[in-house]
Amino acid sequence: MRIVVDFDLCESNAVCMQIAPDIFEVRDDDFLYILNETPGEADRERVEECVQRCPKQAISIADD
Amino acid sequence: MSAPSSVTIVGASLAGLRAAETLRRDGFDGPVALIGDELHEPYDRPPLSKQVLAGNWAPDRIALTPSDKLADLDLDLRLGARATGFDLADRTLRLAGGETLEVDAVLIATGARCRTLGPPREGVHVLRSLDDCLALRADFDAAPDRVVVVGAGFIGAEVAATARTRGLDVAMVEALDAPLSRVLGPEMGEVCAAVHRDHGIDLRTGVGVEGFDGAGRVERVRLTDGSAIDASVVVVGIGVVPNTEWLEGSGLALDNGVVCDAAGLAAPGVAAAGDVARWPNRRFGYSMRVEHWDNAAAQGAHSARALLGADDPYEPVPWFWSDQYDRKIQLAGHVRPDDEVKVVTGSVAERRFAALYGRGGRLVGALGFNRPRHVMRYRAMIEQGAAFEEAVAAEV
Ligand SMILES: Cc1cc2nc3c(=O)[nH]c(=O)nc-3n(C[C@H](O)[C@H](O)[C@H](O)COP(=O)(O)OP(=O)(O)OC[C@H]3O[C@@H](n4cnc5c(N)ncnc54)[C@H](O)[C@@H]3O)c2cc1C
Ligand code: SF4
Repeated sequence: MRIVVDFDLCESNAVCMQIAPDIFEVRDDDFLYILNETPGEADRERVEECVQRCPKQAISIADD
Repeated sequence: MSAPSSVTIVGASLAGLRAAETLRRDGFDGPVALIGDELHEPYDRPPLSKQVLAGNWAPDRIALTPSDKLADLDLDLRLGARATGFDLADRTLRLAGGETLEVDAVLIATGARCRTLGPPREGVHVLRSLDDCLALRADFDAAPDRVVVVGAGFIGAEVAATARTRGLDVAMVEALDAPLSRVLGPEMGEVCAAVHRDHGIDLRTGVGVEGFDGAGRVERVRLTDGSAIDASVVVVGIGVVPNTEWLEGSGLALDNGVVCDAAGLAAPGVAAAGDVARWPNRRFGYSMRVEHWDNAAAQGAHSARALLGADDPYEPVPWFWSDQYDRKIQLAGHVRPDDEVKVVTGSVAERRFAALYGRGGRLVGALGFNRPRHVMRYRAMIEQGAAFEEAVAAEV
């Protein structure tokens, strides 16, 4: 599983970071950083929750 | 509680879809029906007043989930199907056209619709659905001489901003003395007014709409102070009402929304979520109905789990965003106009700041203009029950 964020859509509101702080981090510079772009299957549920809660529809999962 | 034999979700938009996704993610493998009266697959509404109305996005960009992922959920998806009645005692759901379905667990997610002003008239729009958006966009494409927006709430403000950004001449009429003053308080209401005026909106506050003139198509908006504004297009944004008429006589309690308990249940095996649901939010100590995207997504998931037997209370700190011009406005919490307000970071003059709301010594809200990260930190503080003074003094 690979996490893809469309940074043109992301507005750094940190909704994803609240759900998975070990994977997403919005830093003091107001940019979103992906801490782990290829989390394991054990994290799929939480990443899916991030996809579904991102208000800007900026996160997707690529299974390649 | 044992797992339901099936779940029927009424309303195929954000709350309904997130409920269906959650049922599957949590391992429910029984039949799930998703019934919605629109013909489109579930789509996202916020871009309807922003990118789609601006003409920057094609409508197919706003699907809430790709069609193949939707198919993976293995739903009995019925689009263009309107529920007309529900009977709690015999668990039957009636659809327009006469079909009656036997149902077990039910999740109500029928959302809300726009309030209107007078009978339908050519050139007078509301904005709730993709079809509404495309009709309004077509009128904007025709380069109207002037757009009049009635109501300066969040939707009205976004439509006005988008129309201005498209280079249209825009007037906005607001009955309150300042936009959103009943939500954000008078001081922050004035800030919103100033943002609109900076962008060349002819904003008229403290005045209502008396009616529309024109032979057929709208030509003029008459105001309660006796004046009038010429208009080629009118957008009415004066709030929404929850879609509960179909539940009258169902046996469920209705009171400006479907009345639920703290977990989201309206009756055993019946839950509600999203814009249509009213529930006691224990964190704030009163009952609320929230018309925000994040709530529909989160409550859809929470109420789905309630149907599977979870009984934890739903007690979110509501959170909302609105994009107007180049400003990203966000509000966390549940604020009232008489709450104490304090600007804590940035500058109102630069329109980049965060302001905190306090009530009874507690932090109850945070408003941000281009401060998304700050608002989320304050949201966490509200969740932790922070004192107002403590939040004001905090380094964020
Ligand atoms: C133009 C616009 C811009 C917005 N922008 C923002 C924003 O920037 N930020 C934000 O936080 N929120 C925003 N919102 C609010 C957000 O979109 C809503 O809170 C959210 O859509 C609510 O989701 P819901 O599923 O509860 O209800 P809805 O999205 O209203 O969906 C309810 C669905 O049920 C269907 N339905 C109704 N009655 C029946 C019936 N009897 N039988 C079958 N189907 C039925 C409806 O047609 C609809 O498809 C915006 C809303 C609009 C309209
Ligand atoms: S939730 Fe979405 S918009 Fe918000 S920071 Fe994460 S990716 Fe960006």
